[in-house]
Amino acid sequence: MSFYHTYEQLKDLPFQELFSKITSLDVERVLKKDRLTRDDYMILLSPAAEDYLEEMAQRAHQLTVQHFGKTMQLFLPLYVSDYCVNTCKYCSFSVDNVFPRKRLTMEEVEQEAKAIRDKGIEHIILLSGESRMHSSVEYLKECMTVLKKYFSSVGIEIQPMDQVDYEELVNSGIDGLTVYQEVYNEDIYREIHTKGPKRDYRYRLDTPERGCRAGMRSVNIGALLGLDDWRKESFISGLHAQYLQDTYLETEIGTSFPRIRPNAGGFQPNVDVSDKNLVQAMLALRIFLPRVGITISTRENPAFRDDIIPLGVTKMSAASSTEVGGYTNPDDTQSQFEISDERSVDEIRNLLHSKGYQPVMKDWQII
Amino acid sequence: MNDLLHIGGVSLHNRLFTGTGKFADHKEMKKAIESSQSQVVTVALRRVDINGRDEHILNDIPEHVTLMPNTSGARTAEEAIRIARLAKASGMGNWIKIEVISDHKYLLPDNEETIKATKTLADEGFVVLPYMSPDLMAAKRMEEAGAAAIMPLGSPIGSNRGIKMKEMIRIMIDEINLPIIVDAGIGKPSEAAEAMEMGADAVLVNTAIATAENPAQMAQAFDMAVKAGRMAYLSGLGPTTEKANASSPLTGFLTT
Repeated sequence: MSFYHTYEQLKDLPFQELFSKITSLDVERVLKKDRLTRDDYMILLSPAAEDYLEEMAQRAHQLTVQHFGKTMQLFLPLYVSDYCVNTCKYCSFSVDNVFPRKRLTMEEVEQEAKAIRDKGIEHIILLSGESRMHSSVEYLKECMTVLKKYFSSVGIEIQPMDQVDYEELVNSGIDGLTVYQEVYNEDIYREIHTKGPKRDYRYRLDTPERGCRAGMRSVNIGALLGLDDWRKESFISGLHAQYLQDTYLETEIGTSFPRIRPNAGGFQPNVDVSDKNLVQAMLALRIFLPRVGITISTRENPAFRDDIIPLGVTKMSAASSTEVGGYTNPDDTQSQFEISDERSVDEIRNLLHSKGYQPVMKDWQII
Repeated sequence: MNDLLHIGGVSLHNRLFTGTGKFADHKEMKKAIESSQSQVVTVALRRVDINGRDEHILNDIPEHVTLMPNTSGARTAEEAIRIARLAKASGMGNWIKIEVISDHKYLLPDNEETIKATKTLADEGFVVLPYMSPDLMAAKRMEEAGAAAIMPLGSPIGSNRGIKMKEMIRIMIDEINLPIIVDAGIGKPSEAAEAMEMGADAVLVNTAIATAENPAQMAQAFDMAVKAGRMAYLSGLGPTTEKANASSPLTGFLTT
């Protein structure tokens, strides 16, 4: 089984035409429904639904409070290595960008862990560039022996691996996998991933499934918005999340809505994705899949992040550093992308309290 | 009214159990627990900082209540067992509500794994309260395995849909010789009263209190509803019929 079969059925649909045919009556009908079909989801992503964002927001808010409560999970990324073998036009870690690369030693991992732990953070995601040699299973397992002492949940966002590798990582205590398809449009995918193993679209698309089968507790997917028509990309990534939810009942499926940020390669987005567009994509997904996790990163600016908290978001990062060793030695090396929201964990906690949300620092226990 | 519920060596006069999830903050949670008069409060071990590094949820649970840690997040019996042992080792007492959920879409419990975990943990001396999908045979096996009470769901967790599983729960109340605590799905005080009227021994309410605009007041409303429902049950409800009794009975001529 693979989501690729679904993708093949979807890719040649006349999306422009389908979206443009949707009317306000269609939207009103969907907003009265309890359970949404794929077609209903498409209706909520249509230009016609733009006039109903307030109604959608009310619904999305109600569903989120019902299923997740007035809570927000906080986490931080920990970058351990920026060695990468791929050429991706939009990413600063791309092998073509020349800068001194770095991989943390175990002493440095421990220093970073302490610095993050001192902020009160319990959940982290280990990040690296995509290099089998530098962010190998052995290296990550070694990191885990250190990180276990400091955190109650550790996920990874690294190069795609085989199921057996994920199984080994799960046994070492890693419980979450994040892997973005970046762009679901296979042609654009090949255009922007010019060199390296990442060019293999199908292997990447099947990565979340390998993670689910290996026993990851949570698997997080998403499209990098700005690479192709956002309505279509959101639609396909939403169906991908639904497919994973239906196929792997044991796994908590989450999604993110990253938008392209300034980066060392100077890549310009193919498509503009406005705040309004991003909000619509998020609301439509929440109404379509009420239990899916939604993460919003520090790529977005503070004011916008504050405003979208009640619209369906369940996880946020705070005070993130996207450079290797960045918590102990800021401004030392190359960051993966520029962050917009530089507020501290305490500031984010206070903000959440003021908005009537409980910041949740711990929501798992390595057992 | 001397009407006590006995579970695991504890005698309870209040039959509303509450939860600690989904509240906007710990202060609000504490106020709600206090005004609910609840004597048993469930808390997910996954949310407790057992190393005590952070603001501690347990500090905001009134001291007089019995803690019922739950195994939220467990997908198998084995994971539930490990979580239960961790809870006990970290000083949270020996009660455990077993939650084994391997379905993230509806969050329905896995009865088979729950039975296994019940057996192991009851043998280890835990007071085991399994959360389950209403099913008489599964409940009987949990009883045999050493459960202290059975917690069937009224509707899927967090759904606020009321007691959709009413008939199945009624059968369990009649046939199982353990306290039956209706857990999950109760959205309104009237539904809590309904569960109590039909003979449930207690109810557990979390989402409906935590996500109310005024959680403390809603907790009080649930307390009153549970008391009313229980009193009605003990008073012996009159039989109900669908139709009014005919005022001119057809057999009225059969006078003695």
